[in-house]
Amino acid sequence: MAQAFAQPVQEEIAGTILFDGAMAQQGYALNAMCFSFNHAANREAFRRDEAAYCDRFELSPEQRRAVADKDVLGLLAAGGNIYYLAKLAGIWGLNVQDVGAAQTGMSVPEFKAMLLGQAEVKGSVQ
Amino acid sequence: MSEILGGYFTSHVPSIGGAIVRGDQQDPYWKPFFDGFPAVRAWLERKQPEIAVVFYNDHGLNFFLDKMPTFAVGAAAEYRNADEGWGLPVYKPFRGAPDLSWHIIESLVEQEFDVTMCQEMLVDHALSIPFELAWPECAAWPVRLVPIAINTVQHPLPSAKRCLALGGAVNRAIRSWPGEERIVVIGTGGLSHQLDGQRAGFINPAYDRFCLDHLAADPDALTRDSIRQIVAKGGTQGVEILNWIAARGALGDLALHEASRNYHIPISNTAAATVILEPA
Repeated sequence: MAQAFAQPVQEEIAGTILFDGAMAQQGYALNAMCFSFNHAANREAFRRDEAAYCDRFELSPEQRRAVADKDVLGLLAAGGNIYYLAKLAGIWGLNVQDVGAAQTGMSVPEFKAMLLGQAEVKGSVQ
Repeated sequence: MSEILGGYFTSHVPSIGGAIVRGDQQDPYWKPFFDGFPAVRAWLERKQPEIAVVFYNDHGLNFFLDKMPTFAVGAAAEYRNADEGWGLPVYKPFRGAPDLSWHIIESLVEQEFDVTMCQEMLVDHALSIPFELAWPECAAWPVRLVPIAINTVQHPLPSAKRCLALGGAVNRAIRSWPGEERIVVIGTGGLSHQLDGQRAGFINPAYDRFCLDHLAADPDALTRDSIRQIVAKGGTQGVEILNWIAARGALGDLALHEASRNYHIPISNTAAATVILEPA
């Protein structure tokens, strides 16, 4: 079992970062900022002055750059968790399909078509 | 003696809330998903539950990373939804069942499940959307709520085996409850989906089929995968199957009949499923 714990989590599944303790620690400030967006007044404050709002949460330079660039993969690499990042994406007017397209290098119609293409098992069993 | 009527399982994708607000239930994109619900509503109408014990996961409304409980049981007289940050309507409140909540908590800790107890707990779309789907357009929810939140956000997550055992312990707690209520168990989330990373959009119908086919009669089959294996097979958010597994456990060891099943790809980025299980 000790061996299992020693396995590097991040190299297991291609294209996937497991949000473990190391990522949660690295991303704490960024996720704290995103959590604050549950309140409309905070979303408005971010829109008004993004840099000042990032200062308030003491984001790392890497996190600031990723926020400024709307770089979703960069935000994940910097410890962002998708559940919290979704609130930031909402401020940008992006839904999860827009975010999916951005991360996979597809256009949004391509990403949606890819999802539809996986529907080989369909229908209802009563 | 109280009665466990059966289990209602469904996906809780936020965009379902948007579809309900827009009245898109008959839209070609949405219809195959919403078509799963007349059977659910008819079943609930027949069974007339009074309390819902719901296994779900919070998405950053109530719990932040400062304090992240693995298992949290609500013990409030009322639970409210709130602004989740991206435009969903704020859903109506839920009446709690604090007497049953405390009984479950007492019993769980006695059974060595050392849960977090919450007298204040915001509940998010993972709870509201399954209720909206089950009881559309009602002025107030017809059931009282005992919410049980499972951490599916911050790894390490509890194992599938542990979640099934938690459900089993909840089943024993309910069976030792002296009340007379009619109780429905609800599990929300899944099935396979992944929102984050270059693998975003990952869906696995074969794994979903495996989960659906074994949920009733052989839930242990769903617990043989490690969390990492579940992520590999079901996606980073497909781990919400843990809520289904725990809810299945709460139905107990008795033989179950699948009263309805609906499975559809995709709803937003997700393979969506809706199931009713009842004592055979």
